Amino acid sequence: MPVYNAPVKDFKFVLNDLLGLDKMTNMPGFEDATPDMIDAILEEGGKLMSEVIQPLNQVGDKEGCTWKDGEVTTPTGFKEAYDEYRGAGWMGLDADPEYGGQGLPHVIGIAFAEMMSAANMAFGMYPGLTHGAYAAIHKHGTDEQKQTWLPKMVTGDWTGTMNLTEPQCGTDLGLMRTKAVPQDDGSYKITGTKIFISAGEHDMADNIVHLVLAKIPGGPEGIKGVSLFIVPKFLLDENGDPKTRNGVECGSIEHKMGIHGNSTCVMNYDDATGWLLGDAHKGMRAMFTMMNAARLGVGIQGLSQAEVAYQNAVIYAKDRLQGRSISGVKAPDKPADPIIVHPDIRRNLLMIRAFTEGARALGLWAGLQVDMVEKHPDEDGRRAADEALSLLTPVIKAYFTDMGFELAATAMQCYGGHGYIHEWGMEQFVRDARITQIYEGANGIQALDLVGRKLPQNMGRNLRQFFHPVDAFIQENMMDPEQKEFILPLAKAFAKLQQGTALLGEKGMKNPDEAGAASTEYLRMFGLVALGFMWAQMAKIAKAKLAEGTDDPEFYKTKLVTARFFFERMIPDVSSLLVKMSAGSKTMMELDAEAF
Amino acid sequence: MAIEKVAVVGAGVMGAAIAAHVANAGIPVVLLDIVPKDAKNRNMLAEGAVATMLKTKPAPFMHKKNARLVTTGNLEDNLDLVADCDWICEAIIENTGLKQDLYKRLDDVRKEGSIVTSNTSTIPLKTLMEGMPESLQKDFAITHFFNPPRYMRLFELVGGEHTRKEALEELREFADVSLGKEVVDCYDTPGFVGNRIGIYWSSVATSSAYDLGLTVEEADAVCGKPMGIPSTGIFGLGDLTGIDLGPKVIASMLSELPASDAFSKEYDENHPMVKTIATMIEEGYTGRKGKGGFYRMNKEGGKRVKEARNLRTGEYAKAEKPQLGSVKAAKKGLRALVEAEDKGAEYAWVILSKTISYAASLVGEIADDIIAIDTAMKTGYAWKYGPFEQLDQLGNQYFIDRLEAEGQAVPEFLKKVGDRPLYKEEGKDAYYMTVDGEYAVVPIAEGAWMLADIKRGNEPVASNKGASIWDLGDGVACLEIHTKMNSIDQDVVAMLQEAGKIDKKGFKALVIGNDSDNFSVGANVGLALFAANAAMWPVIENSISEGQNALMKLKYAPFPVLAAPAGMALGGGCEIVLAAAAVQAHAESYMGLVEVGVGVIPGFGGCKELVIRAMMNKKRPGGAMPALSGVFEAISTAKVATSAAEARDMMILREGDRVTMNRKRVLADAKKRALEMVDGYAAPEPSEVNLPGATAAAAFDMAVSGFVTMGKATAYDGVVSEQVARVLTGGDTDITQPVTEKKLLELEREGFMTLIHNHKTLDRIEHMLTTGKPLRN
Repeated sequence: MPVYNAPVKDFKFVLNDLLGLDKMTNMPGFEDATPDMIDAILEEGGKLMSEVIQPLNQVGDKEGCTWKDGEVTTPTGFKEAYDEYRGAGWMGLDADPEYGGQGLPHVIGIAFAEMMSAANMAFGMYPGLTHGAYAAIHKHGTDEQKQTWLPKMVTGDWTGTMNLTEPQCGTDLGLMRTKAVPQDDGSYKITGTKIFISAGEHDMADNIVHLVLAKIPGGPEGIKGVSLFIVPKFLLDENGDPKTRNGVECGSIEHKMGIHGNSTCVMNYDDATGWLLGDAHKGMRAMFTMMNAARLGVGIQGLSQAEVAYQNAVIYAKDRLQGRSISGVKAPDKPADPIIVHPDIRRNLLMIRAFTEGARALGLWAGLQVDMVEKHPDEDGRRAADEALSLLTPVIKAYFTDMGFELAATAMQCYGGHGYIHEWGMEQFVRDARITQIYEGANGIQALDLVGRKLPQNMGRNLRQFFHPVDAFIQENMMDPEQKEFILPLAKAFAKLQQGTALLGEKGMKNPDEAGAASTEYLRMFGLVALGFMWAQMAKIAKAKLAEGTDDPEFYKTKLVTARFFFERMIPDVSSLLVKMSAGSKTMMELDAEAF
Repeated sequence: MAIEKVAVVGAGVMGAAIAAHVANAGIPVVLLDIVPKDAKNRNMLAEGAVATMLKTKPAPFMHKKNARLVTTGNLEDNLDLVADCDWICEAIIENTGLKQDLYKRLDDVRKEGSIVTSNTSTIPLKTLMEGMPESLQKDFAITHFFNPPRYMRLFELVGGEHTRKEALEELREFADVSLGKEVVDCYDTPGFVGNRIGIYWSSVATSSAYDLGLTVEEADAVCGKPMGIPSTGIFGLGDLTGIDLGPKVIASMLSELPASDAFSKEYDENHPMVKTIATMIEEGYTGRKGKGGFYRMNKEGGKRVKEARNLRTGEYAKAEKPQLGSVKAAKKGLRALVEAEDKGAEYAWVILSKTISYAASLVGEIADDIIAIDTAMKTGYAWKYGPFEQLDQLGNQYFIDRLEAEGQAVPEFLKKVGDRPLYKEEGKDAYYMTVDGEYAVVPIAEGAWMLADIKRGNEPVASNKGASIWDLGDGVACLEIHTKMNSIDQDVVAMLQEAGKIDKKGFKALVIGNDSDNFSVGANVGLALFAANAAMWPVIENSISEGQNALMKLKYAPFPVLAAPAGMALGGGCEIVLAAAAVQAHAESYMGLVEVGVGVIPGFGGCKELVIRAMMNKKRPGGAMPALSGVFEAISTAKVATSAAEARDMMILREGDRVTMNRKRVLADAKKRALEMVDGYAAPEPSEVNLPGATAAAAFDMAVSGFVTMGKATAYDGVVSEQVARVLTGGDTDITQPVTEKKLLELEREGFMTLIHNHKTLDRIEHMLTTGKPLRN
């Protein structure tokens, strides 16, 4: 049985030492985010995960959801666990106090989301999607809509969903057919079929608030004529309580590779009553404001699967006795040495750890940008955060999820044949992780978003929010002999990323295929350099902590070793990625489609 | 007899501006008008006109001091002032009787051999000379300027049967060389060339817009940029020139034209548009000078809303941006425009078919050839293409076929042309179709050519995507920048470096110039911005160094380097001019170091050159500060000279640098000057200047913070100015230490790099690139 223990110490290190959350008292909500408060949240939350949520992960995988006559039953224990989670008020952690939330920073929400996904990704998606729908209504809803829907979503009494995909339209939402016909009372009648709707139907909440993209007949063609609607499972009575069943039903659920505990629904809308959220035909704008948060969330899911797989692989590697160390016996009192003595096992483990700790730092840094976009006291600060987030979102989504899958498999590898056996739980992590590379914009789309939209936007202004801080950090620390071992490889990789950026700027503007052909390698370079930036900062802090004396020297020493591993063994990939992306599009575009 | 003094009679808009432009050529000019009834100041009309012109934008004078060359007076007391004038130009009201009375009076006082001309726009010479003494007739011609005379290049020249050939030659030479005009010889027919076709075109464009049911906005959207016509279109043009002018010139034209003329035949005085225009004039809607015209600005409710007139109802409503497929199609050319399927295409075809047919029927009657007609429309009406160039774009055979299919008459001339183009290029020559339907070589006058004439049929000496080097003959090379807007990128810098070694290829002098409207708008800041956003600082600094090195090589080249700017030479473009050994500038050169507008400082040696010029200026007042103040002000306010004459005040032009009035003569003059400099040419000695250092910089900073406090400059202007001050005062130096050019260049680089790191600078660059306007952050 796999286990999960929230890496509370590491969260605290990132939030307090690296991001300095306690110093950001100029933003509302942050005054409450004291180290003590953060401590309490992480400890308590971590306990809930280890004791309640994680034990259901394998159950959910094994049982899956069941569909009968339009009703979906979640796996054994899910409903009770959800009640416990909701009852303790976790749902409203970073929600607006005006609607009953605790108003804590989103960055804390990100930390919590990582724990939740690591413990049980399928389960975490129910509150995760609710949070997404909450945010959309919070941002684009009228006061009345907010008063009507948000309080119950903040308590978790009601959950939420996002309905975009249709059988004929996934990435290209312009092909959408679901229509919304205006009614005299200002509402709309929604008709159409949506597929792949996560948490579209289940037995854990009194109501489900669907956010549905649809086209109002007579509106502009394609993507410009898409609007967003609030369509609840139950229409409310005069007291605001769910009463009448709306014309929306779950037609079936998908049988899929992973996340079995989450219901992936076909949703049929048949003259369902809905209300316009935001402006007519501006649905995509409303969606886009959501997308950064949703994609960041999926990136965190990728990270979480690597993390939980790592934790279990470490336990196994220490436990499993097999053969002897190639440099001589390490456990003479035992029949064989634990496999953790082997360099390659260590390479695997360190690779995962160097990724998860770096990614945790970057993910939380991004979470902090989400807060700043909303709460930074000056306009420049809000703009900078928004640009930083726009730029890094596709990187985090694609790089974290590609690595999450790869590294979950790497962790599984440490188990040898047992990793392939269901009972050990490792293959579930691999299967669950796989979806994160696909949904919320497949990773190829993320790469295109990065090079085709985020890079050229405003003449490259987004770049500034990443390249300038990295450059400044390198310049500041270049001459410090203590930092040299980290700064030099970072500077080298950064220069390659700049080169790649210039290449895209030059070739990509003229021929979009060039940008497209380079995009995936470029995104990964970006991810590596971004992690390198985090690692260099973390190493610097660790050295300083050790120099000034700390009661936990082991934590910081381990940090330094992991940093070294990252700079020795991971960031150099940037060089070969640059070579690959520089090869251009010619060869891959050469063959006619028939030749494939 | 050369024209050395001029008189202009009639100080209206045209007369006064003609006088101003004569003064721009450095020629003294007398400006006379009548004495208004009960005038206290008997010279009030001429004096008032000069005073007004000093405030007018765009300025009729190229330099305010040119106004001193204008002697004002009145026709009653000061007629004797014309006695020593070589050319007397009449520019009074279009009334034959009044004009003739004036001629008689002028004839009494003018000196023998002086030339008298009229600036009439429509009245034929023989009408004006009817009954005039023969002595006057042989000295009389028509010289027709277009409004505004400084800027519109067309100069129509008409001689009568008695006019002395020498008189016409003198006028031609004077107009071409001294006034910089494009002289078109016209026959003595009503409206000459420009207005004959222009008025017909405007009448057709106005009435057919109504007939085809186009709105004012739609008509202007078609009959504007898509047809190579200024974007004011037809109705916007009417608003600009004055709607009341239209009926007057039409009446004047009709009274002179034979009844057989197409215009006389087609003009319908009962057309609804004729009535509309009469109503508009009655209501005071005479255009921008009145309470509006076809468009008006509605300022009700505090907002300025542009409204357009409904041609049928006379009501005004918010001007709409027309959505016509034909306008979009026009991006693919004129043929695509007329072949599109909407009323815009139909409208374009009606205008083109009628105007081109009309022009074709007049070749040989109003002027010798199609070149004269095309030139007139391009330089007098600012069309991008003349009617016969438009015809080549449509294809003559297509044009004929379509006319025939529509049952319209095909002009005889076009029948002769058949399926051949009207213009063609073969080998090193360009050809045009004569009135007989034969090709003849387009003549290129000695000393008046464009780079295109050199390039035709030749290969460049060296070339890349941004610039090329051409052989101008006689050992002179020409560096041509040919990027978008002639901005300077790394290709251009590479070619500048190449040009610095041109002596190795056997050349003995270099001219830097091109045919574009603008010499160069400066560095390509888009590339710099992208690099800055990605923190590629060494790349940026390196590109600055490369530019500095290239220009230093040119400055210290062992052969003379001539800059030949025309139009805008801004930022880096100006710095190229500053690096040259000598300048042969077009009079209409707009030069300045405008870098602060995008939050940086001149980095290609612009600061350095101006500092050296200011400090070495023998006439400068004592002390470094007064000398540097002018430079500081110019750079820190991004001042742009609005003429070559103003550039001289800013020391962008030095003593010995010359100005060419005629755009077509700039390169030839530059080449000539370069060859004059070749013998005994020695590269300049490296300069060193003693600069006052930090204390002086502090003084400049204080002055700027004063402006910031007063709200005349932004806080960030202050930050940028601080860097300007630091470079100009020599950085960390004091007045006892000589500062080398190398040091000044280093300071420029430092200042530039400091600023490019600042996100406010990047915001300025981004704003300039996206909106075309400077950001005042």
